[in-house]
Amino acid sequence: MAAATVIRVERLRFRWSPGAAPCLDIAAFEVQAGERIFLYGPSGSGKSTLLGLLGGVLVPECGRLNVLDGELTALSAAARDRFRADHIGFLFQQFNLIPYLSVIDNVLLPCRFSTRRMQRAMTGGKTPQAEAARLLDHLDLGPDLRTRPPTQLSVGQQQRVAAARALIGRPEIVIADEPTSALDAERQFAFLDLLARECADAGSTLVFVSHDRRLAAGFDREIDLPTINRCTGAAA
Amino acid sequence: MKHLFLLAAKSAWNRRLTLGLTLVAVTLSVTMLLGVERIRHDARAGFAHSVSGTDLIVGARTSPVQLMLYAVFRIGEATHNMRWQSHLDLAAHPDVAWAVPLSLGDSHRGFPVLGTTPAYFEHFRYGDAHALDFAAGTRFAGVFDAVLGAKVAAQLGYRVGDRIVLAHGRGGAEHADKPFVVTGILAPTGTPVDRTVHVALEAIEAIHLDWQGGAPLPGFSIPAEFVGKFSLKPKEITAVLVGLKSRAGVFKMQRHVAAYDKEPLLAVLPGVALAQLWQVMGTVEQALLAVSAMVVAVGLAGLVAVVLAGLNERRRELAILRSVGARPGDVFVLLSLEGLFVTVAGGILGVALLAAAGALLGPLVQAHYGIEVAPRLVSFEELRLLAAVIAVGLLASLVPGWRAYKLSLADGLTPRL
Repeated sequence: MAAATVIRVERLRFRWSPGAAPCLDIAAFEVQAGERIFLYGPSGSGKSTLLGLLGGVLVPECGRLNVLDGELTALSAAARDRFRADHIGFLFQQFNLIPYLSVIDNVLLPCRFSTRRMQRAMTGGKTPQAEAARLLDHLDLGPDLRTRPPTQLSVGQQQRVAAARALIGRPEIVIADEPTSALDAERQFAFLDLLARECADAGSTLVFVSHDRRLAAGFDREIDLPTINRCTGAAA
Repeated sequence: MKHLFLLAAKSAWNRRLTLGLTLVAVTLSVTMLLGVERIRHDARAGFAHSVSGTDLIVGARTSPVQLMLYAVFRIGEATHNMRWQSHLDLAAHPDVAWAVPLSLGDSHRGFPVLGTTPAYFEHFRYGDAHALDFAAGTRFAGVFDAVLGAKVAAQLGYRVGDRIVLAHGRGGAEHADKPFVVTGILAPTGTPVDRTVHVALEAIEAIHLDWQGGAPLPGFSIPAEFVGKFSLKPKEITAVLVGLKSRAGVFKMQRHVAAYDKEPLLAVLPGVALAQLWQVMGTVEQALLAVSAMVVAVGLAGLVAVVLAGLNERRRELAILRSVGARPGDVFVLLSLEGLFVTVAGGILGVALLAAAGALLGPLVQAHYGIEVAPRLVSFEELRLLAAVIAVGLLASLVPGWRAYKLSLADGLTPRL
């Protein structure tokens, strides 16, 4: 894939309600395909809001929000939901898994909501299950764990299952929101390495959001959200 | 859509204890509602089934419903009898095709005894104009012969040739000196006939020859072999079943009976009296149905409460589903399905439970209340009630669905807990 812009934000402004002060006001930022971006965002910097906008669950008041050459602001709510399912893998801080689904069913979840992710998981004549198993293997989760309920897993294991879910069907963008904050220090870096490796393997652009600057080493670029957001101090 | 069903099913299974208890409540409430409807229906069907082909029931003047209740269903007692002569006058009327006298009052081990004439077996009809059939033996011929209803014979284990003793009134002193011989046993009819001991009118006279005022005359007894020396012509009877030559004359005949000048009489059309009975019963039925409907409402309210109560703990789960591509509409469907599952399962289990209860308790209900509960899975009326319950359950299930929809719209990918 040639270097192309996967995320382009221009003069983006968002406020929760028409009367409220804007909580996000970004002049511009861009992310190129294949980049590994560290988005520094302490709490209150508008991090959750930005993720909501990128995921298409929130709509900006004005500005451009271009993801993978698609203008999100021009899409309907249903189309934005489909876009998110097709192109973005999400990974959150903790409790990432559905408690009543087995590990492998959790990994397969994006394929249930997106035909595209399903088809991409099946490239090479594999079943989605085989692809999920491959990803779990890569993330050091053995076959014996696949059918277990996620509640029997350690926090570290759970986060790796969540990573497999974000990566299945090779979405163009993986957005990780503080995925290591529940891990202890040494595990954090091991997890980061694993995540970076798998994103490279899947050809996914990684946007890693954290308030912990120590983790920024090893990323291609760092974006400082308090700096680019002109209205810091508003609710996150 | 299929994966949403699967998700909802797995989610429901995950919370099977709380949902299971709710399911029990919904199941029991559905069973109760359908059970009330079934008994109501079967009681009506049983009553309507019990008499057919009789144009008029004539008795001493009382309320039409009461006359029909004791003459046909052996429920309650006659406050007055009518004179035998009135019956003869009635039977002689040119419009009357047949008249069967009935004399009630005595009993045998809890089963009512009916004094009548052999014409009874010829003219009495039940259900869809069925005549009475004999399972064994024949009609009564002698004074001390008795024909048993199917239930009497089955329950007390009587066979043709057995001897039985009648009791005065409802389980009063026994007419022990004048035993009867069973000459016939009727085939089952599903009507009060099954619970009746039939004897000749003359037999009723004969066993009361040496009685007065409801008790044997002290120091006076007439042995059975001598009753033939006395006149056994009845002086009074309870009621008469009348068949007319032409049904068209039924109202004219009714007026004729009402205007009878020798004693106050009443003639009722069985159908009209039944309709009056339903009017009385209707209020009770409505009340029972209303209570049952309330119980169903309570069950469904509990269901909604359980799903709603779990919702706050599931906001994280909903955010995850949103992040993998679920639309708010999917979340709505997912949460609504859960309540719908429980309602539908409760409906199905309720029908099954009712069928089981009907099979197990049906004979008991019939023995005690004379209502034959037909063994069946579900009737059309019951299906309509069931559909109403499921429709209300669906509407109620939309409440947690709607709440989850709003929550997931507000929460997006990060629940604000």
